[in-house]
Amino acid sequence: MEPKIKHSSPVVPPGGRKEMIRIRDLHKRFGDNHVLKGFSLTLHEGESLVVMGKSGSGKSVMIKCLVGLMEPDEGSVEVLGKEISTLGQSELDELRSDIGFLFQGSALYDSMTVRENLEFPMRRHAQKLGLGKDTLPFVLEALENVGLAHAIDLMPVELSGGMKRRVALARALILKPKLIFYDEPTSGLDPITSKEIIELMRSIQRKYGTSSLIITHDVDCARVISERILLLVEGINYAEGTYLELSGSSDPKIEAFFKK
Amino acid sequence: MVYIQSIVKGIRDFLAETGQLAFFAGRFFKEVLKPPYEFRELLRQCYQMGNRSLMLVLVTGFIIGLVLTLQSRPTLIEFGAESWMPNMVGISIVREIGPVITALICAGRIASGIGAELGSMRVTEQIDAMEVSGTNPFKYLVVTRVLATTLMLPLLVIFGDIIALYGSALIEFLKGGMSFQLYFNKVFDALSFGDFIPATTKSFFFGFVIGLVGCYKGYYCKKGTAGVGKAANTAVVMASLLVFFVDFMAVFISDIFYEL
Repeated sequence: MEPKIKHSSPVVPPGGRKEMIRIRDLHKRFGDNHVLKGFSLTLHEGESLVVMGKSGSGKSVMIKCLVGLMEPDEGSVEVLGKEISTLGQSELDELRSDIGFLFQGSALYDSMTVRENLEFPMRRHAQKLGLGKDTLPFVLEALENVGLAHAIDLMPVELSGGMKRRVALARALILKPKLIFYDEPTSGLDPITSKEIIELMRSIQRKYGTSSLIITHDVDCARVISERILLLVEGINYAEGTYLELSGSSDPKIEAFFKK
Repeated sequence: MVYIQSIVKGIRDFLAETGQLAFFAGRFFKEVLKPPYEFRELLRQCYQMGNRSLMLVLVTGFIIGLVLTLQSRPTLIEFGAESWMPNMVGISIVREIGPVITALICAGRIASGIGAELGSMRVTEQIDAMEVSGTNPFKYLVVTRVLATTLMLPLLVIFGDIIALYGSALIEFLKGGMSFQLYFNKVFDALSFGDFIPATTKSFFFGFVIGLVGCYKGYYCKKGTAGVGKAANTAVVMASLLVFFVDFMAVFISDIFYEL
């Protein structure tokens, strides 16, 4: 099924920015449940793309296929020019050092302090990034980016929901990735904390120029952060465009996402 | 008909579970030899499992020693074999009661702890986060824990045996006036390496199955908090059953060697 609305304005200059992610005709089934039915997506360098969809529409499955946590049944998933399904474990690990992932529930390691949480991704990639044995400056820089340098020695259980999300964001950024995936970055947070997280995402985007793929059903988040929005309905692309284009649509399925 | 169907399903589930556990064990042996080695995490787990189980094992061992002696005394006195008490208690504790009771305590404490910890990490996406950060979670979480239980259980068994013998010696001293020195002389006269080596060897296997089952149940925990509880619970049941099975196999094999 072709998207009903394509962006009319050149949000992404063709040929101007290289493709960071390219998904084509992605299918994923869980038993009889056909979750993704030919989903396609392209993310360009420096772009912020929001994928919206109802719960159970396959958004998280799609993002997990992108980092190799799930294998697609059919279709092609290319990240930074590499086809995920053809990569060996070491190549996949290498590729993952260029990807930051903010999980829905923050996914901080309970048994480690904030500092150890941030140091953890550096263990494997320190050499590649030219990091010495002293990782503290990098941890502090990442924590300062999210305004939590003072929480360096706290355990995750001592942090509020918003603080956990910030620490998780700092952890996703610690390797200075080219791509960041956000899985429901504002879910479970109060409106004020959600706004803070969205602002943080924007400032990080500006500071590092990373390409971002954001999965959400938070319209405010999509409005503020997106250059382009892709609607995922029943496992397939339903519509694509800027926030203004989609929020002005009279299509009932699209309206359902944007009406408050 | 329904009854037969449920039996067939039960057998099928049992075989599937056995196959998956065997596959999991196979993966352990494949990963354990491959670098990088997680020595720091292994030491941390050894401390967690060894040191933190020690008090429980010592208290239980001491009580077992007391109870075994108190309950055996009247019968041995009746046959005029009171002086054989240290020999009987020594052999039964070192060969069988010490290793099995310690293993069952550890199945309850360690297997459920590992099942709940890894299960909770699975449902909160911490294991996925680890994988995305380029660390092999199987190696970091499973290999270290299984190795730690395998190495620590024989040590716990030795401590448990010693304290159980002290408990028994205390009763003999209080009730029969036998000195501690005489008691232990008799115990060591009765014991040979043929008693000690098979018991220690099977303790390694007990530790292995306890760690393996705890990790298996936690690592493949289904979604939700109910899944975590179930993982912890089934880990204890399965580990305890496997301890008895391994014990039977160990006794059966060592019996063959005795006959030779």
